[in-house]
Amino acid sequence: MVSGAVSQAGVPLEQQVWQTLETVMDPEIPALSIVDLGIVRHVRVSEDGRTHVGITPTYSGCPATELIETSIREALDDQGIADVVLERVLWPAWTSEWLSESGRRKLEAYGIAVEHTPNGRVACPRCGSRDVQRLSEFGSTPCKAHFRCSACLEPFDTFKCI
Amino acid sequence: MSAAAETAAGAVPAEKRCAWLLRLADTSLVLGQRLSEWVGHAPALEEDLALGNIALDLIGQARLLLAYAGQLEGRGRDEDQLAFLRDAPEFYNVSLAEQPNGDFAQTIVRQVLLDAWQLELYHSLTGSADESLADIAAKALKECRYHWRFSSGWLVRLGDGTEESHMRAQAALDGLWRFTEELLTPDGLDSQMASHDIAPPLAALRSRWEARIAAALEESTLRAPAPVFFPWHGKRGVHTEHLGHLLAEMQHLPRAYPGATW
Repeated sequence: MVSGAVSQAGVPLEQQVWQTLETVMDPEIPALSIVDLGIVRHVRVSEDGRTHVGITPTYSGCPATELIETSIREALDDQGIADVVLERVLWPAWTSEWLSESGRRKLEAYGIAVEHTPNGRVACPRCGSRDVQRLSEFGSTPCKAHFRCSACLEPFDTFKCI
Repeated sequence: MSAAAETAAGAVPAEKRCAWLLRLADTSLVLGQRLSEWVGHAPALEEDLALGNIALDLIGQARLLLAYAGQLEGRGRDEDQLAFLRDAPEFYNVSLAEQPNGDFAQTIVRQVLLDAWQLELYHSLTGSADESLADIAAKALKECRYHWRFSSGWLVRLGDGTEESHMRAQAALDGLWRFTEELLTPDGLDSQMASHDIAPPLAALRSRWEARIAAALEESTLRAPAPVFFPWHGKRGVHTEHLGHLLAEMQHLPRAYPGATW
């Protein structure tokens, strides 16, 4: 661990990596960065100066995982941080509790509801009504369920709690 | 993870652990491939999405397991090579997973029987002496829980639904029941894994599986068929005729165009 490593921009390298990762968006929910999503598990700079980024999949079969890895490399390359070591972390398994507060707000602003833990309550992201129906536990991506608002009658996606 | 437990897992030859992992991996892969056949054909859009999503989870789980099996094997085969370049006798999925989709009732019954098995199995495997396997199991378990909610929920709607849906669900159960014995009867390899705390003893799994299935059948007003002696041994590489056809479709592209990328 090289705790004193400083980037060309003059800020600690680890901090610069985190800031850069905040600009890498989830390809399936482009409102959300991978840091908001809680899938970046660690950033470390090793003795040899290489940056290690640990990421965990949200769902085992999430098809976005590889695209996210490519996006991370590209974003860090653009900052002059090359030769990044990407480490897949399985344990502990991702949980929707790792979604950041700002992530929740961004999702709702984007039109995707978030289940309120622990009571599982969902509010319509359009009209705010809590009179909603779950149509299916499955949606357009593995991380979403399909709902309908009984007040404004609009269908909407809900970020699943697992 | 205690050092003693890690040693216990290491005491089993990697070749055996790889062979046993392939039973899990291939079951997920083959079932995932089967479910993906529904995409674009399910009775309603919601079910189409659900079956496609479950297929994706299963293929993702298979990928994690196959990658780990390939590491243990130590012959440089990655998950793609293991999935696409083995023939049917080298697949070790349980025979139930390869049975055709049939009608929606048959797909749901097959799914109920296997979801209950995976749920109980992965639950136990979170405490495996093999730490990498325990990590994969913890990930898979979260997904198996909602797979079970989906399949068992549909079983109730079909079984306790119309006369027609009840008849079809019962017919599917009667047809598939003979493949369930394989899930619960240990052979030498299963017992070896259990004796080293890598996997749970199948006898313990059997009682939990039977209890879960009995409750689901009761709620669905369906009858469990009488036990049937089974000659199927998918987990030893002896398959029903359906697997070869499934693999022909699944493996066509990488075999016709070796090394293809896009």
